[in-house]
Amino acid sequence: MATVELTFSALPAHVRTARLVATAIARRTGVEESLLDEVRLAVGEACSRAVEAHRLHCPGEPIRIELCDDSGRFEVIVTDAAPSDELERQERTTPSLEDFLGKIPDTLMSGFGIAVIAGLADDVEVFPSPKGMRIRMSWPAAPNGLSPV
Amino acid sequence: MDLKLDHHSEDRLTIVEVEGEIDVYTAPRLRELLIDLVNKGNFHLLVNMEKVDFLDSTGLGVLVGGLKRVRAHDGSLELVCTQERILKIFRITGLTKVFGIYASVEEAKEAHGRDK
Repeated sequence: MATVELTFSALPAHVRTARLVATAIARRTGVEESLLDEVRLAVGEACSRAVEAHRLHCPGEPIRIELCDDSGRFEVIVTDAAPSDELERQERTTPSLEDFLGKIPDTLMSGFGIAVIAGLADDVEVFPSPKGMRIRMSWPAAPNGLSPV
Repeated sequence: MDLKLDHHSEDRLTIVEVEGEIDVYTAPRLRELLIDLVNKGNFHLLVNMEKVDFLDSTGLGVLVGGLKRVRAHDGSLELVCTQERILKIFRITGLTKVFGIYASVEEAKEAHGRDK
């Protein structure tokens, strides 16, 4: 198993870097080209959510992302240190059109990232806790590890 | 790629050209532009997303916020988008039912003209 770990400060500018790194490693791991956009978007959503949570609760703490190829899967784990509250439990339900158009301010829309991730990755697990949230997602990759490219 | 924004008006329609990535870092700039346009009386907006490389839920939130603002003035906010990878996030979130999404600026302008 090869693992790349990345930690970054809770700054929106770093989310793009995390997306680029994840996409590059997914490609190297042998994830199909047609899935790379999904990887990029899902990792971006998870990191955006973590950045927003840290900026609210613990702006000085870093966010951690682990990228692993193991048993023919490309696995990404995004871990934050912000306590998961009631709002985030609500985020994991699919929002209705009423939510989109009136009941919530648009600044909270990014909180719907977990619903987007669930729609993108075929394997997603969300582990909320008072010490932070861990989002694990994976995609099929080349069975023998790194692609020759 | 960073985010490039431009806009121009044709008749009562304001066309917003967006190029690059709309994410948690760049979306505030698009939000500011949409708010500014509405504050200046532009209530019929067409956002051309044909050159958008990346859109996440933060960007969706900005578009929904813009839609809420123009609707408060009986206006409209519609999109031009044919890229499957961008359309997919609208489908996942159910927003294809909320936004008018057109294949080209011309098609949107024709539809807008019919609705006048």
